[in-house]
Amino acid sequence: MCLAIPGKIVNFAEDGRLATVEVVGVRRKVDLGLLQEDMPKLNDWVLIHVGFAMSKISEADALEQMRTLALLGESEQAMQEVRGYGLEEE
Amino acid sequence: MAHGAGGKASRRLVEGLFAPLLFGSSAEPLTDSARVLVDRTSVAVTTDSFVVSPLSFPGGSIGELAINGTVNDLAVSGARPEAIVVTFILEAGLPASVLESEVRAMADAARRANVKVVGGDTKVVEHGKADLMYVTATGIGSPIPALTIDPRSVRAGDKVLLSGPVGDHGITILLARGELDIEAELRSDTRSVYPFVEAISGAAGAAIRWMRDPTRGGVATSLNELARDCGLGIYLEEEELPVHDEVRGACELLGLDPLHIANEGQCIAIVAAEYADVALAAIHQTPGGGDARIIGEVREQPAATVLVGTRYGGTRVIDMLVGDPLPRIC
Amino acid sequence: MKFVDEFRDADLIKKTAEEIRRLAGTTRHYRFMEVCGGHTHAIYRFGLKDILPENIELIHGPGCPVCVLPMGRIDDGLALAADDHVIFAAFGDMMRVPGTHGSPLEYKARGTDVRIVYSPSDALKLARINPDRHVMFFAIGFETTAPSTALTIMRARAEGIHNFSVFCNHVTIIPAIRAILDSPDMRLDAFIGPGHVSTVIGCRPYEWIAKDERKPIVVSGFEPLDILQAIVMILRQMRAGEAKVENQYKRVVPWEGNRAALRAMGEVFQLRPYFEWRGLGFISQSALRIRDSYAEWDAEQRFQVPGVRVTDPKAAQCGEVLKGVLKPVQCKLFGKECTPEHPLGALMVSSEGSCAAYFNYEHRKAMATSLSRSA
Repeated sequence: MCLAIPGKIVNFAEDGRLATVEVVGVRRKVDLGLLQEDMPKLNDWVLIHVGFAMSKISEADALEQMRTLALLGESEQAMQEVRGYGLEEE
Repeated sequence: MAHGAGGKASRRLVEGLFAPLLFGSSAEPLTDSARVLVDRTSVAVTTDSFVVSPLSFPGGSIGELAINGTVNDLAVSGARPEAIVVTFILEAGLPASVLESEVRAMADAARRANVKVVGGDTKVVEHGKADLMYVTATGIGSPIPALTIDPRSVRAGDKVLLSGPVGDHGITILLARGELDIEAELRSDTRSVYPFVEAISGAAGAAIRWMRDPTRGGVATSLNELARDCGLGIYLEEEELPVHDEVRGACELLGLDPLHIANEGQCIAIVAAEYADVALAAIHQTPGGGDARIIGEVREQPAATVLVGTRYGGTRVIDMLVGDPLPRIC
Repeated sequence: MKFVDEFRDADLIKKTAEEIRRLAGTTRHYRFMEVCGGHTHAIYRFGLKDILPENIELIHGPGCPVCVLPMGRIDDGLALAADDHVIFAAFGDMMRVPGTHGSPLEYKARGTDVRIVYSPSDALKLARINPDRHVMFFAIGFETTAPSTALTIMRARAEGIHNFSVFCNHVTIIPAIRAILDSPDMRLDAFIGPGHVSTVIGCRPYEWIAKDERKPIVVSGFEPLDILQAIVMILRQMRAGEAKVENQYKRVVPWEGNRAALRAMGEVFQLRPYFEWRGLGFISQSALRIRDSYAEWDAEQRFQVPGVRVTDPKAAQCGEVLKGVLKPVQCKLFGKECTPEHPLGALMVSSEGSCAAYFNYEHRKAMATSLSRSA
């Protein structure tokens, strides 16, 4: 229901309320008013919806997700090997 | 009326009103130019009107669009552009300097496209009865003997060739209006595509089945028209589609599809598979054609449909655009 | 990291799809509802149906603010725009949505001053640069969008901008999910939770779905790998006999949501006692109105609103489709009287609506395959 996409903060306006974000080569000023409690820094990534930054994006969590996904196949492979020993997983 | 924005509405208008009343009962598919016999010589004729806001934008202006757009309609219908006549509708109060700069832009574009502007007309309408300036251009060209552009000649297995990155013009205009407050280093791709047509017709000749310059409604709309006319399916590889980062970014931000965005300097050609590589090489060797790609192929199924395939095996149908592309937030 | 391309990685997508296949097995059928229209859009755009096993059926939920908006609200908003003094500003999504006498785009063609804005703050900017006009922002959206409208209204007051008002149609997602779960013919196994709404409300508001209704719900992002991973997480819960709220979209969604956004919403909005949803009928406490303390910026308090009510054609079965009882194609009007170009029912209105999405992607694919070459 809501199109929101990641952008990187490339500079702050004087009053600190607005920042310019870059999304794959295009720039737009976004409002930081909804992130007052946890203001982003330069080069941080934020999620943008209707011209407002909604949330800071955590690179650590993103990397964690990629690791989990990369392990999906491997655990399956391990399971195949286990089955090779005549064991069942359940 | 959404009839001016390409896509379904304009097609219905042409097929439902203009064709039956004005063009007689010919069963020939509608193409970008008509052929007329003059003194037993076949001549290609086309006409187009240009309405754009703002009048000038990064990479071009209405004057250049009028020349290049007319040249391109001739080129993709398989004709060498020869001469153009232009008509201006001017809103009273239009600064003389704006008119002069547009006329200069036209002269430059005509020189670059190697076409003569041979005449024209001007009408001035009251302030408020037009938006600054409209241009109508009519072009005539000489058919290239080796080429027959006919959607009915398209066969399953043919390749889809695209001359370069899509969406530059449409996104440039959208951003130039300033309402969206989005900045990008992007320029309209307005240019003559005749050099590409000349190159591929030299390389592949009769193996070229069909061509189109994907303007309003973008590549998706042009290819849907072809799919309907030939009754076959067109399969595009999403990964092969050349798109500048700035266009991709603007489309992500605004929820648009680059395949629906207008171009003013690209051409799509359907080429028999065995000639696809030589045609591609010919475009690559033409100045400005370095980014050309084979983006897909014609298939029997699904009939009369354009399908886009992803790298991981997903597919989606992409339809003609209904009306203008509108930014989404949902 | 660019936070987009990584989540479209072909190898990982294939791996994850294999895992889904393994977990889903072949013996039973699964019915998952993706609540959010953004997910519906992503599922079609990325062709995810092609890579999911056939026994996983995705039901498109009510999370499309354009679809669920009653036609009467559009008529009301456009009626206020009849005044030459008024500039009607709305998101592009609204522009083709038909009212009784046409869509905003058709009104624009007939001379109404209709502007497309990307942000509520752009509408406020229009008010600043047109001090002799009144800018009315036609606000739509769930909790993702409502805080931005709230903050914009707060700014209007702080800056003393009086030629600006909001016609508020903001709705809340939880009551809609409840309405679907309360429906006797409901047959859903689990939910893919709305990722972007959850950036604001967090994950706690879904706990009753797991606890009371015993349905797993996984809050998910919008890239192919996000949605596929959410399906893996749901299947794992089901295999383990669990029903939990899980957060697949941790990189963006904090468990507790966004307190500053919730505060802005609380400052400016209050719940309406009830609100009509197209396709679902009246749902209590399911929408927001502007508080009296901000009455000056509330178009409904400031102007005389006609209060138009338009009922959907009886033959349209939007409600059944919304609840997952019928597939779009099983509705009597689908693809005949009701098409994306001439929508009669709510779900055909926006490209995110389940009927429009189904029409544009699945239906055409199916139709095309059944046609032989006609030339």
